[in-house]
Amino acid sequence: MDRLKEEMRDTSRGMTPIVKTIVRFVIGIIVIFGAYIVLYGHVTPGGGFAGGVILASAYVLLTLAFGKEMGLSKMSNTGASILDNSGALAFVIIGLLGFTGGYFFLNFLPKGTPFRLFSAGMIPLANVAIGVKVTASVFAIFMALSIFGRFIYQASEGEEPESEE
Amino acid sequence: MNHYFYFLSLVLLVMGLYCLIAKKNIVKKIIGIVITEYSINLFLILVGYRHGGIAPIFLKGMQHEELVQKGVDPLPQALVLTSIVIGLGTLALMVALCLRMYEKFKTFDMTKINTLKG
Amino acid sequence: MQTYYPLFTAIPLAAAFLNLLLAKISMKVSDYIAFLVTGILAVMSVEMLFEAPFIYAVGNWRPPFGILLVSDGLSSLMLVVINFISLLSVIFSMKYMTTYTAKPKYYSLFMLMIAGMNGVVITGDMFNLYVFLEIASIASYALVGFGTGKKELEASFKYLILGGVASTAVLFGIAFLYSITGTLNMPDLAQQLELVGMTKTVGFVVALFLMGFGLKASMVPFHAWLPDAHPSAPAPISAMLSGVLIKALGVYTIMRIMFDIIGRNELISAIIMFLGALSMVIGGLLAVGQKDFKRMLAYSSISQMGYVMIAVGLALKPGAELVVATLALIGGLFHLINHAVFKSLLFLCSGAVEYRTGTRDFRKLGGLIKKMPVTGSACAIGSLSIAGIPPFNGFWSKLIIILALFRGGYWIYGTVGVAVGFVTLIYFVMLQKETLFGKLPESLSKVKEAPFAMVLPLVILAALCVAMGIGYWAIEGQMLDSAANALLDKVAYMNYLIGG
Repeated sequence: MDRLKEEMRDTSRGMTPIVKTIVRFVIGIIVIFGAYIVLYGHVTPGGGFAGGVILASAYVLLTLAFGKEMGLSKMSNTGASILDNSGALAFVIIGLLGFTGGYFFLNFLPKGTPFRLFSAGMIPLANVAIGVKVTASVFAIFMALSIFGRFIYQASEGEEPESEE
Repeated sequence: MNHYFYFLSLVLLVMGLYCLIAKKNIVKKIIGIVITEYSINLFLILVGYRHGGIAPIFLKGMQHEELVQKGVDPLPQALVLTSIVIGLGTLALMVALCLRMYEKFKTFDMTKINTLKG
Repeated sequence: MQTYYPLFTAIPLAAAFLNLLLAKISMKVSDYIAFLVTGILAVMSVEMLFEAPFIYAVGNWRPPFGILLVSDGLSSLMLVVINFISLLSVIFSMKYMTTYTAKPKYYSLFMLMIAGMNGVVITGDMFNLYVFLEIASIASYALVGFGTGKKELEASFKYLILGGVASTAVLFGIAFLYSITGTLNMPDLAQQLELVGMTKTVGFVVALFLMGFGLKASMVPFHAWLPDAHPSAPAPISAMLSGVLIKALGVYTIMRIMFDIIGRNELISAIIMFLGALSMVIGGLLAVGQKDFKRMLAYSSISQMGYVMIAVGLALKPGAELVVATLALIGGLFHLINHAVFKSLLFLCSGAVEYRTGTRDFRKLGGLIKKMPVTGSACAIGSLSIAGIPPFNGFWSKLIIILALFRGGYWIYGTVGVAVGFVTLIYFVMLQKETLFGKLPESLSKVKEAPFAMVLPLVILAALCVAMGIGYWAIEGQMLDSAANALLDKVAYMNYLIGG
C-alpha cells in the first residue's frame, strides 16, 4: 500500500496523479472488453485482430500513464517476442492439425449449437492465437518506435529532447 | 444516383497521391500512402453496398431469406479487414525506416537524401 | 503428394516463427533450421514435376466458394526454380552473413519471403494471391535495408514507397474485377469474363494490373527502384531478389492473368511487346557506363526481363500461329530459368569478391583470377552464359526468342533483340576485363579464395549453366512443354472449376 501511494505521488515518472487514478480504474475494463471481443469473434463482429489491438492499447495506456519501467515490467522485450512467435506458431499448428481430417485448415473439432460460446469448431482457438500475437506485436512496435528510438536520438545528438517522459 | 458514391473514394485517392508526390517531408509522404490505401478500402466496401440493407449478422430467430434478400455483401468486409492489417504492417516498417533515416541523415527532407545516383 | 500441397507455404511460415523462438537458446540453430527447410522444399518441388495437374480445396470448401490451390505445369516449374535457388542462397549466407549482426532475424525474414513466393505460385484465388504478394514484398523491403547504413536505408525506403503504390494498384484492380463478376476464384473469373467480354472496365483493370505487377517485374516505366535496391541488399538477398522475386511476383502473375483469366488480345499484346523492347534497350544501354559491380548486374536484370516480356507479348497475340506462340513461350520460359541460374551465380560471385576484398568498385579491383581461381572461373562462366555464347544456356534461350520474333513477322523487334545481345556481350566482357583479368593492385595482394560454404553454390550453379546448355533436350519435354501448353490452353484452366 505504501509503495502504491509513493508511486502515485511520484511526479517525475509518468503523468499527474489524476491520470494515474483514472487509469487504474479503467484499465481492467479495457482488458475485459478486449478479451470479450476476442473470445466472441465467431458470434459477433470482431475477432482476433480487433480484440488484440484493444488489448495492446491497454498496455500502451499503462506505459503512457506510469512511465516506461511499468510498461516494460508487465511485458518485457523478450516476453513480447516469445508471445508473438508462440501465437503465430499456434495458428500454423491449428491449420496443420486439419490434416487429421484430410484437408489443410479443415474445421475438425465438433461444431456444437450456433450462437453459443463453445461452438464453431476451431475458430475460437484461432481467434485466441491471433489475439495474443497481435497484442504482443502492436505493443512491441510501440516500444521499439518510442522508447528505443529515443535512445538512438540521444546517442546521435547527445542532448535531452524537451518533452516529459 | 447509385454511382455517385464512388466519387468519394476517388477524391481520397487523388488527395493521397498528391500528398505523396508533391510534398518533400518524409512524414507527409507516409501519410499520403496511408490515405491512398484507405481510399481503396473504402472503394471495396462501397462495392458491396446494397440500398436499404441490413448488416450481415445472423441473429437468433432470423430467417435465412431475410439475410439473403436484405443483407449487405459480407465478402468485401473480410477483404478490407485483411487489407487494413497489411496496411498496418507496411506503416510500421515505413515509420521505422523513417526514424533510422533521421538518425543517419539528420533531416526529414527527401530532396537532401540522394546518395545513390547514376 | 496431392494432400500435402499446402505444405509449400505452411512449412516456411512455421519455420520462420520457430526460428525466433529457438534463437533465444542458441544462435547456430537458425542456420540448421533454414538449411533443413529449404532442403525439404527443394525435394518436394522436384517431386511435384512428375505429377498430373490437380486442384486442392483448402478446408474442404468446394469451389467457387472456397480457396483453391491449382497445380499445373507452370506452377511446378516456378516452384522448382524458387526452392532450388533459395537452397543455394541459404548455403551461401551461412558464411556470408557473419559480417552482419542479427542473423536469426535475417533467416526469419528469408523464410517469410520464400513462403510468400511459394504462395503466389500455387494459389488459384485472386485475393489469396494479393495476400501472399504482400507477405513476400514486405519481407523483401525489410531485407533490402538489412545492413542499416545510409545507402541501404535510402534504397529500402524508395523501394517501399514504390512497391506500396504498386500493391495498392493491384488491390484496386481486384476490387473492380469483383464488382464486375462477383467472384474471386481464378477459374471462375475466367469463365465470367468470357461472358462479359472486353469492356472499358476490363481494359482499365488490365492497365492497373500492368502497372502493379509490372513494377514488381521491373518493366521499363516502373523500373526506378531496381538499380538502387538490388545493389544495397546483402549478396544472397540480391541473388534472391534478382533471380527469383521479380519473376515469381512479376512475370508469373502477368503470365497467369493475361493468358488464363483475361484471354488473348491484340492491344495488350502490342503494349507488352513494346514495353519489353523498351526494357531491353534502356536496361542494356544504362548498364554500359556503370562502375559498380552490382549496379551493372541490376541494370542487366532489367534488360533480360525485357526479353522474357517480349516473348510473352508475342504469345499473347490472337493472330499468331500455334507454332510461333509455343516457340515464343518455350523461349521465354527457358530464358526465365536461365536468368535465375546465371544472375544468382553472378550476384553470389560479387558477394564472394566483396567478402574477401571489401569493395565492389571496378577501379579498385583487377586480376582476381590468380588469387581466387574458383570464384573467377565461375564468374567467367556466368558472364559468358548471359552474353549468349554458344555452348552455354543463354545462347539457346535468346536464339529461340529471336527466331520466334522473326517467324512472327516482327523484323524490327528481332533486330533490336540481336543488337541488345551484342550490347550485353560488350559490358560483360568489360566486367570480366576489369575484375578478373588485368593487373592485380597492391592493396589486394593478400586475398585468398572464398570459404567452402560460399564456393559450393557457385560451383553448382556454374555446372548447371554448362549442363543446361549442352543437355537442353533433356529438360524440354518434361518442364518447358508442359508449362507452355498449360498457359496456352485457357479452356483447361476454366475446367479446373469443376474439378481436375
